[in-house]
Amino acid sequence: MLLGRTANGLYWMNRYIERAENMARLVDAGLRMALTRTQSASEEWNSVLLSAGSDVTFSQKYQDYTAANVSDFLLRDISNPSSTMSSIETARNNARMVRTALTRETWESINEAWMSLKRMLARPIDERDLPTVLDAIKRETALIRGSFYGTMLRNEIFDFSQLGTYVERADNTARILDVKYYVLLPSLSWVGSTLDNYQWESILRSVSAHRSYRWVYEADYKPTNIADYLILNVRMPRSLTFCYRFLGEHLKFLADDYGERHACHGTADKIQTLLKKGSIKDIFDHGLHEFLAEFIRDNTRLGDEIAQDYRFN
Amino acid sequence: MLSEGSTRLAAFDEMLPEVSGLRRPYEAYDRWLKEQDPARLTQKMQDAERVFRKTGITFAVYGEQEASERLIPFDIVPRILAGQEWRRLTQGIEQRVQALNAFLDDIYHRQEILRAGRVPRELVAKNEAFLPEMIGVRPPAGVYTHIIGVDIVRISENEFYVLEDNARTPSGVSYMLENRETMMQLFPELFQKIKVRPVEDYPQLLRQSLAAVRPQSTKGAPTIAVLTPGSYNSAYFEHAFLADQMGVQLVEGQDLRVIDGHVAMRTTEGYKQIDVLYRRVDDNFLDPLTFRPDSALGVPGIMDVYRAGNITIANAPGTGIADDKAIYSYMPEIVEFYTGRKAILGNIPTWRCSEPDSLKYVLEHIHELVIKEVHGSGGYGMLVGPAATKKECQDFAKKLAAKPSNYIAQPTLALSTCPILTEKGLSPRHVDLRPYVLVSDRIQIVPGGLTRVALKEGSLVVNSSQGGGTKDTWVLDD
Repeated sequence: MLLGRTANGLYWMNRYIERAENMARLVDAGLRMALTRTQSASEEWNSVLLSAGSDVTFSQKYQDYTAANVSDFLLRDISNPSSTMSSIETARNNARMVRTALTRETWESINEAWMSLKRMLARPIDERDLPTVLDAIKRETALIRGSFYGTMLRNEIFDFSQLGTYVERADNTARILDVKYYVLLPSLSWVGSTLDNYQWESILRSVSAHRSYRWVYEADYKPTNIADYLILNVRMPRSLTFCYRFLGEHLKFLADDYGERHACHGTADKIQTLLKKGSIKDIFDHGLHEFLAEFIRDNTRLGDEIAQDYRFN
Repeated sequence: MLSEGSTRLAAFDEMLPEVSGLRRPYEAYDRWLKEQDPARLTQKMQDAERVFRKTGITFAVYGEQEASERLIPFDIVPRILAGQEWRRLTQGIEQRVQALNAFLDDIYHRQEILRAGRVPRELVAKNEAFLPEMIGVRPPAGVYTHIIGVDIVRISENEFYVLEDNARTPSGVSYMLENRETMMQLFPELFQKIKVRPVEDYPQLLRQSLAAVRPQSTKGAPTIAVLTPGSYNSAYFEHAFLADQMGVQLVEGQDLRVIDGHVAMRTTEGYKQIDVLYRRVDDNFLDPLTFRPDSALGVPGIMDVYRAGNITIANAPGTGIADDKAIYSYMPEIVEFYTGRKAILGNIPTWRCSEPDSLKYVLEHIHELVIKEVHGSGGYGMLVGPAATKKECQDFAKKLAAKPSNYIAQPTLALSTCPILTEKGLSPRHVDLRPYVLVSDRIQIVPGGLTRVALKEGSLVVNSSQGGGTKDTWVLDD
C-alpha cells in the first residue's frame, strides 16, 4: 500500500533526476557543436534551448545565444524550473517528502548530489570549467541511479519511480529528434556533407549515443539509421521503444499487484504496439515530424492518466 | 541553589566535580579517553558532522532564510548516568506521568481538583490550551498523553528538578536514536568496554504502545500513521524517521479524509482506514471544522470521528493544558492530589507573575531571574536576567508589567555541567535531560534520553534553536 502523494513524489523525483541529467547532456552536445563550428553557434544554441523546451523563457531573459548564457540558464539558473539546479532541488524536495519509501543509500545519494551541485553551481561557471561541471552532473545522477538500482526493493515504489524515469526520458528523446527532424529528412540529407555529419553526431551526442551507434550500425552516419536507433532500437536505453518496453512492464506489475487495469494501460499498449510494428520507412512516409508530435502528445497523456488512475492528484 | 547574580555560576560538574574528583559513572570512560590521541578525537568529531549532514539530520530554524537547514551540533563526549541514578529518576517520572494523565481525565470530566480548590478554576477555564471540545470525551484506553518528554535539570549530586513537562508533541527523540547510532559507529570499542543500556528499541516500543491504545472497535491489527505538517516543518526529519523506523505511513492532512465515520488515507489503491494517528500537528490545526478554519494541515471532521471513538489520536487534543507553564507551578499539588504521595521529582520554585506579591518580587529581582512566557516554547521570548544587559532587563520589565499573567519567573539555577570536547580539550558546559516516556496500558521509559547542551561557555540556554547542541546519553547497566 502506497499513499497517492508518495507515488506522486516518487514519480516526479525520478522525472527531475532524469531532467537534471538531460540538461547537462544537451549543453554538452551544444558545446561540442560550438567548438567545432564557430559560424552558426547561436543557431545551434537555439536548437539546444528548443530541445530543452526552454526557448521562450530564455528569450525573455537574454538576447544573445552564447555558450555562457545558455549553459548558465540550463544548468544553474533557479528561475528556470527545468535547469539542472532547479531539477535537483525539486528532485530532492520530492525525495524528502517520500523519504520513508527510499532506502538510506538512495536518499543519501540524492542528498549528496544536491549538496555537491549546490556548491558547484553557486557561482557562474567559468567556461574552462564547463566540461568538469558537466561531468560532475552526470556522475552525481549516475550515483543516484546506481544506489537506486542496487538497493531498492522491486515493488510498487520501484514501479512508480521507473514510470517517472521513462516518461521523462521518452519525452526528452522525442523532443531532441523533433527539434532536428529536418536534418534527418532524406530529401535534405546529401550524403557526405560535413555539415550534416556534425548535426547528426550532435543528435547522437545529446542522448550519449555517439559511440554506441557505431557498435550497432556502420561507422557512417545515415539519417534513417539514426532515427531507427533512437526510435525503434530495443536495446538502446534512451530510445522510444526501450522506454515503452519498460513503461509497459512496470504498468503490468502494478496491474497484477492491484488486480486492476486502468486507462493508462490502454494508452501505453497502444503506443507500444505502434512502435513494435512500425518500420522506420513507415515513419518517414507518415512524416517524421508528425510522428514525433503525436508521440509527444500521447506520452504526455500517459503521464496524466497514470497520475489520475493511481490517485496522484 | 539560587542565583549568585552571575552567569558564571559554581555548577556541579557531572564528570569531575571540584570537591570530590572524578565521579564513578565516568571512571571507565575517563580511562579510555586518556588513552586517546587528541588528533583522532578531533577527526572523529568531524566524521560525526559529515554523517549527520549526509543523512540529512537537519532541522529548520524559523526566521533564518539562508540557513534553512541546519545541523544540531553533536558533541562526542557522552553524558553518563549510573543505573542507580536512573532508577530514582524513573520512579519520579512515572509518578509524574500518572498524575498528568489523571489530571487531564479529571479536568475534562468531573474537575474535582478545581472543586477542591487545589488549582484555580480560571487558570484552566481561561487557558487557551484547554479545549472545551474535549469535555466529556474519554480517549481509547483512557490515555491522554501517550508520549511525553520530561525536561529534567540537575543541581547537585542528589538534586534533580523538572524544568518542564512536554505533554503535547515532544520532539527530539530521533536525535536520541541517531546520537547513539553515531557514537556506535565512531567508537565501537567503547561499547564493548562499557555496558550501556540500549535505546534503539524505542521505535518498536512506540509502535506497540500506539497499537495497544487502538480504538475498541478496531478489527485485527490496527493501521497506524504519523501525521506531519509536511516537509517544510522544522521537525520533518523526525517525523519521517519515526514513521520509517516503525514501518508505518507518514501522512499529511491532504492525504486524509473522513469516510463513513472513519479517517482514511488516499492510497494508490483507493482509501484505506486509519485506526491510530500519531499526530505531530498542533491542536489548533487538527480539524478546520472544529478549530482553526484556515488550517490545511489537519483533517476536516476528524474530531467527530474521535468523539465517536473510531480513531486514537496521540497525543489527545487538549493535553497542552497539562504542560502549560502556568499549570506547571501547581504540579506538586497535582501529583499529590492524584497519587496521594509527595512528588518524588520536585519543581523549580516558580513565581506566578499574575500574583501581585510575586510580580513585585520579580520586578525587583529581574536581573537575577529567568523569566518565561507562559505559553512560549523553544527558548523564544524568555529573559535570562544575569546574562541580559540593563537595557534588556528594563525593556522586558515593561512587557512584564503590561501583561503580568503572561509570565512566570524562576531562579537562575546553576544547571549541572558535563564536559564537551573543544579545540583546547575538555571544557564544562551546562546540560539538561529529556527522557521519553510512553504511556499505554503501562508506562515505559527508554533508558537514556536527549541531553541538550549549551555550547557557549557559561550559557544556560540549551535549546537547539538558540545554539544548543546534543550529546549521547548513557545509562549504565550496573
